[in-house]
Amino acid sequence: MIPSTFEYHRPDDLAAVIALLQEHGDEARVVAGGHSLIPMMKLRMADPAHLIDLQGLSDLKGIEIGDVIRIGAMTTQAEIIDHDGLAEAAPIMAEAARQIADPQVRNLGTVGGNIANGDPGNDMPGLMQCLDARFTLVGPDGTREVAARDFYEAAYVTTREEEEVLTAVSFDRPRGGYAYEKQKRKIGDYATAAAAVQIVAEGGRVSAASVAMTNLSDVPVFSAAAGAALEGTACGEEAVQAAVAAMLGDIDPMEDNRGPVEFKKHVAGVILARAIVRAWSRA
Amino acid sequence: MSDKMHLKLTVNGEAHETLAEPRELLIHVLREQLGITGPHIGCETSHCGACTVDMGGKSVKACTVFAAQAQGAEITTVEGLGAPDGLHVLQEMFREHHGLQCGFCTPGMITRAWRLLQDNPSPTEEEVRFGMSGNLCRCTGYQNIVKAILAAADQMNAMKEAAE
Amino acid sequence: MKDLPDTEERKAGLKGLGCSRKRVEDARFTQGKGNYVDDIKMAGMLHGDFVRSPYAHARVKSINAEAALALPGVIAVLTAKDLEPLGLHWMPTLAGDKQMVLADGKVLFQGQEVAFVVATDRYIAADAVDLVEVDYEDLPVVVDPFKAQDPDAPVLREDLEGVTEGAHGPRRHHNHIFTWEAGDEAGANAAIDGAEVVAEETIYYHRTHPCPLETCGCVASMDKVNGKLTLYGTFQAPHVVRTVASLLSGIDEHNIRVVSPDIGGGFGNKVGVYPGYVCSIVATIVTGKPVKWVEDRMENLMATAFARDYWMTGRIGATKDGRITGLHAHVTADHGAFDACADPTKFPAGFFHICTGSYDIPAAYCAVDGIYTNKAPGGVAYRCSFRVTEAAYFIERMIEVLAIKLGMDAAELRAKNFIRKEQFPYTSALGWEYDSGDYHTAWDKALKAVGYEALRKEQAERVEAFKRGETRKLLGIGLTHFTEIVGAGPVKNCDILGMGMFDSCEIRIHPTGSAIARLGTISQGQGHATTFAQILASEIGISADKITVEEGDTDTAPYGLGTYGSRSTPVAGAATAMAGRKIRAKAQMIAAYLLEVHDDDLEWDIDRFVVKGAPERFKTMAEIAYASYNQAIPGVEPGLEAVSYYDPPNMTYPFGAYICVMEIDVDTGEHEIRQFYALDDCGTRINPMIIEGQVHGGLTEALAIAMGQEIAYDDIGNVKTGTLMDFFLPTAWETPHYTTDHTETPSPHHPIGAKGVGESPNVGGVPAFSNAVHDAFRAFGLTQTHMPHDHWRIWKTARDLGLHG
Repeated sequence: MIPSTFEYHRPDDLAAVIALLQEHGDEARVVAGGHSLIPMMKLRMADPAHLIDLQGLSDLKGIEIGDVIRIGAMTTQAEIIDHDGLAEAAPIMAEAARQIADPQVRNLGTVGGNIANGDPGNDMPGLMQCLDARFTLVGPDGTREVAARDFYEAAYVTTREEEEVLTAVSFDRPRGGYAYEKQKRKIGDYATAAAAVQIVAEGGRVSAASVAMTNLSDVPVFSAAAGAALEGTACGEEAVQAAVAAMLGDIDPMEDNRGPVEFKKHVAGVILARAIVRAWSRA
Repeated sequence: MSDKMHLKLTVNGEAHETLAEPRELLIHVLREQLGITGPHIGCETSHCGACTVDMGGKSVKACTVFAAQAQGAEITTVEGLGAPDGLHVLQEMFREHHGLQCGFCTPGMITRAWRLLQDNPSPTEEEVRFGMSGNLCRCTGYQNIVKAILAAADQMNAMKEAAE
Repeated sequence: MKDLPDTEERKAGLKGLGCSRKRVEDARFTQGKGNYVDDIKMAGMLHGDFVRSPYAHARVKSINAEAALALPGVIAVLTAKDLEPLGLHWMPTLAGDKQMVLADGKVLFQGQEVAFVVATDRYIAADAVDLVEVDYEDLPVVVDPFKAQDPDAPVLREDLEGVTEGAHGPRRHHNHIFTWEAGDEAGANAAIDGAEVVAEETIYYHRTHPCPLETCGCVASMDKVNGKLTLYGTFQAPHVVRTVASLLSGIDEHNIRVVSPDIGGGFGNKVGVYPGYVCSIVATIVTGKPVKWVEDRMENLMATAFARDYWMTGRIGATKDGRITGLHAHVTADHGAFDACADPTKFPAGFFHICTGSYDIPAAYCAVDGIYTNKAPGGVAYRCSFRVTEAAYFIERMIEVLAIKLGMDAAELRAKNFIRKEQFPYTSALGWEYDSGDYHTAWDKALKAVGYEALRKEQAERVEAFKRGETRKLLGIGLTHFTEIVGAGPVKNCDILGMGMFDSCEIRIHPTGSAIARLGTISQGQGHATTFAQILASEIGISADKITVEEGDTDTAPYGLGTYGSRSTPVAGAATAMAGRKIRAKAQMIAAYLLEVHDDDLEWDIDRFVVKGAPERFKTMAEIAYASYNQAIPGVEPGLEAVSYYDPPNMTYPFGAYICVMEIDVDTGEHEIRQFYALDDCGTRINPMIIEGQVHGGLTEALAIAMGQEIAYDDIGNVKTGTLMDFFLPTAWETPHYTTDHTETPSPHHPIGAKGVGESPNVGGVPAFSNAVHDAFRAFGLTQTHMPHDHWRIWKTARDLGLHG
């Protein structure tokens, strides 16, 4: 497994990155941790002529905690797990990151890479749906923000323009209980089904709920209907099943080695129900 | 073939300079250019961890890092752990507890364990199993690897205490 | 006279049999100083890489290598046309078939070798592979061994059209390879037809792959000036490779040196001869430069030897109270595109006829049909003796199926039918002579150790709780009592390509009392350098620490058949003991001369010969060794060396009792192994630490096979499980903790009573895990569901039984 040749660039500011993207168009790819892109290149399923390494851009790293949480695109999954402030402000982040790949991969794999390449198997995109995150994209025409829920169009297809770079994700400090529940065949696997849930409880009732699913469609799935099914309820069995039923209307899994569609739908329901129960218990 | 880069790496405390194509993988540069053949190639898709090295204080899989990305990096491999006349405690404990058989996963395993014990000097068995889950072994069934790492942690902690 | 250490101390100092000696290999490996094939670097070395077929069945209409050859650094692109004048475009397989080295007119499986690119480095070689243009015309694909037998099924092997007699008898269809049978079919049928209770079932043991962490590879180096070929490679049988290389290439065998360096696990994957080796040899002969070929993981999983793929149909008859009266087995064996099974020549289905297992079954019959399909060739013994894991899985499933039919506890049914201790040596209805065993003792110990009755009680309570809706988890108790057959084998009926399956050991004692032993086997992690020295230490009274063990270099090691099928301890271990005894016999003559007594007046005492009745008069082995080099002893040649080629009189029959306790989530199909108890009886135990390590490792491979690992194909022959994302190898996280135990029933015919253990845990582990899954659902009416028991298949089982409401 040997990648094709490419020219390597390691610019040290964003302007230079964008200039390279403008110059080389679809012949260029940016690389962060490389753990999505490099395996594809080794299989020669991707062969960019220009590889733009973002590691020289130190301002793409880092986690800012406030009412809004901002995570630089080059922040690694390991850094997510180890960040005390984030653990307090948005514990779902570490809970999800711990279920991604393995320790070595998490040391290099970044939040931005996981989000930007559009692989429906990645966990962060689903989580970002749940958190209603905004993605900061910088391009030749400046900076814009895209809602995570508007970002994904199809597998590996996003609204990011070729000449844009994802620099950060931000989301409001999540409230209430949380859970990231993932079924996989083994460490290092993508989800058979995964669910991200945030629930706010007020007076024993769900006042707000957000539900998103991973690897159950060609894009991450935000299920507004599932959240709505929980809102106003005491999050009992009936409400959970209503949320599951609503979610099932929003997913469209494909058969693969993890199993047939019917199985995935069933597991999606079980995993979501578990996530809701766990999030509610923490709400 | 594209133009070669002038690559500078510090490996096991020694400065190395070499020419490499940007697409060359770190594992190939280490093994074929620098003759550091401890880290191995097992799966090539970042699942098995046989190629694990320590880069900038973190365990990474050298089969999924371009040499160009490692430009200027400080790297430690299994060759850099022990002393010329003696084994590192981890190496010693792997022998003591039969934590290896064919030896192919062992350099990656030990290099990963070395970092794990720096990040978490007194891990539980569960933490060891989770922390080592990026390294596959086909021979041992892991039981003795886990035992060896826990024993090494104990010894290293005792040595640290004695030194204080 | 010096003060003597006491007997116990002297014995302990030997680090001989029974000692958990630390491994001598480990200092090297833990420091990263192993020397594996891909570590070998030679001046001017070239790299080979394959163009492989994307199709499972296609006509190769043309190959255009122009663009590849134009790439700077590309030295050659070999195709079948280039190999044909040398007669090397096809090669013989170990199973009496032949296999294309490079596609000759058509391809028969996805990943098949089509052209071999040779370049100055591996990056250029990979680029060149992409530049070779192959024009294919696809042909209908057959991946189902039953459909392959349809009258109008596509002809896969056009080279065999009209050939009605194969290497193992008549072929009855163009995709049929052989039918092989054992036992008395009429007798077995009569016993079953007349039985009070009959159980029938079809059991599939799916296709999988040994997948050692190191893939296969070699470095071939031809010195054209002196005509010598050196071949380094991942060979579990280096001497056989040398013979095959000589026969294929025409190079005299003395001019070929085959070296197996350190091997990163084999598990049967590295027994066969692969096209990569042949192409590398041709390339070095053509270029005069060393050529390295190392496959990547996808190539390893797609194209090198698979394992299993047996469809096994059984009928078993019994009395109402559970005495088995007869067994009938039929197997449809999917061998892929070429019959490249690594079995002893006379056994195209390996030792599948050990399928009566641990049970005293008076009448039995089995037949195996080998079939061609558009899948990779292979059929190797993946950490088991030849087709023994299939046999053990078959009988251990059939016992469970019968227990269900009888409404009987499966542990009790086993105990009722075990071959009794006093029946050994026991001749089975399928013709094997079991050497020794004490199954009841092992079984009782195992059941007691896990608290079997309490477990069954808990299980029954769990079923009730499940029915009441209080839990969604079921409890399975997986039982297995397996009997292995290893140590192939007696030359009278076991050979590989005509080479008798003996093994060998050559020992030289150095003047100062240390030694070197060389063997015809090759360790791939089993720790031979440690354990063979222990066998020898106990035989010749020299500490294991002073004995170097060397294997794998055909220029220095005596000829042997290699390491697979748990044969090293039973065969080479025996050769080691026998060579040691020759040393001791000569030492006794020397000691007698030195002590001026008759040979018969001496007795052996740990590390010395002592004059009977005069313990102060003795000569240690070290003293004798020195004397053998510096004294003229009448009638005795100088030096102290011996060699033994050991032809085993019989196989050995290790056995064990395994119990797995598993929790199963019926909603997600996930499982958790709560307890795994493994009792092994491998006869005399050489190094308990190593035995335990072998058991842990084998069980983990069994876990993988039973619970998820497979080589799966889609309908058009694409491999669906080509990387370690999809091909299941458990990590430390998914692997449970194991409890090991043992009994010790020595083999009566082995010089030290040892039987071999490396493969038992795979053979016994697979049915233990699988039976646990089945057992969890027994109360809900499940009889049989096929492996691998991954999440969705377990879920489907639950669904089919109506457990999802």
